[in-house]
Amino acid sequence: MSLRLEPSPQQIKEEKIYHDMGMTDEEFAMAENILGRLPNYTETGVFSVMWSEHCSYKHSKVLLRKFPSKGEKVLQGPGEGAGIIDIGDRQAVAFKAESHNHPSAVEPYQGAATGVGGILRDVFSMGAKPIALLNSLRFGELQSARGRYLFEEVVAGIAGYGNCVGVPTIGGEIQFDPCYEENPLMNAMCVGLINHEDIQKGVAEGTGNTVMYVGASTGRDGIHGATFASEELGEDSEEKRPSVQVGDPFMEKLLMEACQDLVQLESLVGIQDMGAAGLASSSSEMASKAGFGIEMDLDKVPQRESGMTPYEMMLSESQERMLLVVKQGHEQEVRDICDHWGLYAAEVGHVMEEQNLRLLFEGEVAADIPADALAEEAPVYHPESTEHRVFTENQKLPASSLPIADMKQTLLDLLRQPTIASKEWVYDQYDYMVQTNTAVQPGSDAAVLRVRGTNKALAMTTDCNSRYIYLDPETGGKIAVAEAARNIVCSGGTPLGLTDCLNYGSPEKPEIYWQLEKSTDGMSEACSVLDTPVIGGNVSLYNETQHGAVYPTPVVGMVGLIEDLDHITTQSFKQAGDIIYVIGEAAPEFGGSEVQKMVEGGISGRVPELDLDVEKERQQSLLEAIRSGFVHSAHDLAEGGLAAALAESVIDSGGLGAGVTLAGDTTAALFAETQSRFLVSVSPEHTEPFENTAADAVRIGKVTNEPTLEVHQSSGDKVLQADVEEMENAWKGAIPCLVKSKD
Amino acid sequence: MKFAVIVFPGSNCDDDMYYAIEETLGEEVEKVWYTETDISDYDAVLLPGGFSYGDYLRSGAIARFAPVMESVIDQAQRGKPVLGICNGFQVLLEARLLPGAMQFNKNLKFICRPTPLTVANADTMFTTEYEQGSTVTIPVAHGEGNYYCDDDTLEVLKQNDRIVFTYQDDINGSAAGIAGITNEKGNILGMMPHPERAVSDLLGSTDGRRLFQSMLKNWRETHVASS
Repeated sequence: MSLRLEPSPQQIKEEKIYHDMGMTDEEFAMAENILGRLPNYTETGVFSVMWSEHCSYKHSKVLLRKFPSKGEKVLQGPGEGAGIIDIGDRQAVAFKAESHNHPSAVEPYQGAATGVGGILRDVFSMGAKPIALLNSLRFGELQSARGRYLFEEVVAGIAGYGNCVGVPTIGGEIQFDPCYEENPLMNAMCVGLINHEDIQKGVAEGTGNTVMYVGASTGRDGIHGATFASEELGEDSEEKRPSVQVGDPFMEKLLMEACQDLVQLESLVGIQDMGAAGLASSSSEMASKAGFGIEMDLDKVPQRESGMTPYEMMLSESQERMLLVVKQGHEQEVRDICDHWGLYAAEVGHVMEEQNLRLLFEGEVAADIPADALAEEAPVYHPESTEHRVFTENQKLPASSLPIADMKQTLLDLLRQPTIASKEWVYDQYDYMVQTNTAVQPGSDAAVLRVRGTNKALAMTTDCNSRYIYLDPETGGKIAVAEAARNIVCSGGTPLGLTDCLNYGSPEKPEIYWQLEKSTDGMSEACSVLDTPVIGGNVSLYNETQHGAVYPTPVVGMVGLIEDLDHITTQSFKQAGDIIYVIGEAAPEFGGSEVQKMVEGGISGRVPELDLDVEKERQQSLLEAIRSGFVHSAHDLAEGGLAAALAESVIDSGGLGAGVTLAGDTTAALFAETQSRFLVSVSPEHTEPFENTAADAVRIGKVTNEPTLEVHQSSGDKVLQADVEEMENAWKGAIPCLVKSKD
Repeated sequence: MKFAVIVFPGSNCDDDMYYAIEETLGEEVEKVWYTETDISDYDAVLLPGGFSYGDYLRSGAIARFAPVMESVIDQAQRGKPVLGICNGFQVLLEARLLPGAMQFNKNLKFICRPTPLTVANADTMFTTEYEQGSTVTIPVAHGEGNYYCDDDTLEVLKQNDRIVFTYQDDINGSAAGIAGITNEKGNILGMMPHPERAVSDLLGSTDGRRLFQSMLKNWRETHVASS
């Protein structure tokens, strides 16, 4: 036996070395009980990563079960690499979102890059061809050098990885708020296309079948990445930089191509990405799901450096690796495919009857743990929950209007807010056109990709306004789902389902757990009413520093089906003379709004109300109007209200303008963020059928040939006149200007 | 007419190029893996965009040594049409089939956007279907598209009408706004913009179609003339 300077089982227990790996005394006792003996160093390490929050969802599992996850089109729900939904013609979409927040906080370029790599593998390990990447990002307000560094490097990392693998980054959303200053959020989503017969699962079944390792070799990078992701960020987090993996998108591209060939093999039994907790999670999960065991000889694992211990190999999160199970005797078929793509394929073990994960190293058993204990039997916690005082206090505040005198200046200032401002500076760096299917480019409500060879298209979006959720988690959770669906509908699609990415602070704090509980309640209700099952997702907790937690940020990634290419709709006005409508009436609802934050310097009060039945009815009628060919443009009203939406609809219209007349309280009509509202333009010959279809639509004006936006009150008084050029300069110039500032 | 789309490990616009030929021209097109050593059977060679070998060294620097390149160079020297787009252009530079080199974009960032170009020479086998001096909108997507050559070379390129496309705005710092150039004989075109991404109204532009149509037209003319 080689000399490994590892603590003995006795030392691990007595010196509580498991604390350093994030395990509690109770958890260690559970592990000891399961094994019927003290775990050794390797086993302790494997237990600790598999039972980390990141891998086991031990604080969130109970809540995740509430999400509606079934539907007649759902082919694969939560539990595999990605969920899958039928789109007809024997085709389906596979998609999932995942967070890479902690790595991005300490090493933003690689943290973001490997976030993209990981989510791609989740999708192509299902047998799907990745066709799109999206993301959802949160940063501080670009006022500090470090904030700008995080922003620029995260964007560069996403670009560097996604552009190289040749999957278009077609959409996303970014919000800026001081609460993300030290703990940015980086959520990546991947959408893949798959034929029904190609759907794969991560299972290791059939005694004697061969376990194969494909892709990059294993190094010492990313050890304990999953554990690191399950802790609060502290002053010493920079020291965790070695926990961040390093990405190789070229290897990923080869692996992706090889997997598309591998999934065609009859002899392939199962395939799974080595993601968080690497070899430990992929092997134990594949065995556990199938009800078998795996014996692996770690000496056969391709290694990047010499002298690696079983502990290091099992916990490494080296990127671009896949674990396969192939029928015994068919290993050469895998090798042939891998040879073609210049990849290494190693036989590292076999499936066995006994339902254990057994690791051999230098002729000895290095670990022997029941696979279910690792993958299924992690402790499940029901943390204490207490109503958050932010909610309690804000519910008591009386509704108040905002003192806005200069409507035009307010609009221009709003367009300069980084959350509202054009994200062109960002998506200009992403190859959003490769694969040549991008029908609606980044910048509209949802991105749209045609499905080559059909007359269909897919709409996709990511959404979450965390300010609402901070003030009122339940209503905010509903709004997040509803807004994503609104974006899909505006592009002409039927929402099919969603993946979530739940980013919160520490669940061990009762008020944070309450946010998690209430917001997932709200999301679940909205999913049920809007018929959008949750087919997968990810939970990222402990997003906090000594200065507090991030806003609760449950990002919704939604995909919709556009049944005919003719239904594709964008937000920009198309033709002078078209009639402009607003669906839904504004109320003086400013709690959590962009304008409130801008004018008052913070958010407070009650968030806009949301009636899900009204929401559903309006979405359905707008979709019907779009499909009937009545609608030239559609835009959902979100941050910045009608004013921001009008500006966005004229800016990219190619020289058009708009003149509208608004009834009632002008401040509310322009800037309130009342929910379930849409800005729509309709050609004059279709106004009658449109009005019959969309009962809540109110005619407010016309698209004009003059590149200006004019707003009048019903009394006739002009309240706002702005040139398209000055709005465009404000909107497009804001982020480049913030990034360049040097103070 | 039979087209070869050369595929290096890391090429990622090979499918797009394949579909562009198939959908625009309806001509025969095949993907050719980088290990092939004889491509004399094809009438035109297309080097697609992407990140060959990850482009971790210099873009195209490794691909230039791929086994297939010997035959590509041979066919190019025999006068067959060779079109390198984006990474393909970079490979042609590295292989010295075209003069000059690529630097990082002047803003040091990847740029992806539809880009207005001027057709600076409509009298090549790749551009006869365009009008001289006309504006076409074709997307770019590159991190290293800042074309550089020394003054003497630039003068030669200008004198011999070898600058085929120029950017109307200075998007990446390229010398003389160069977006695409040919070799002396005019049978090799390297360009950074992606005409294969501009072949459908649904995707925003059809301005790239005429480039492929020009190739077919000129091949037919010479083919008829020589047979």
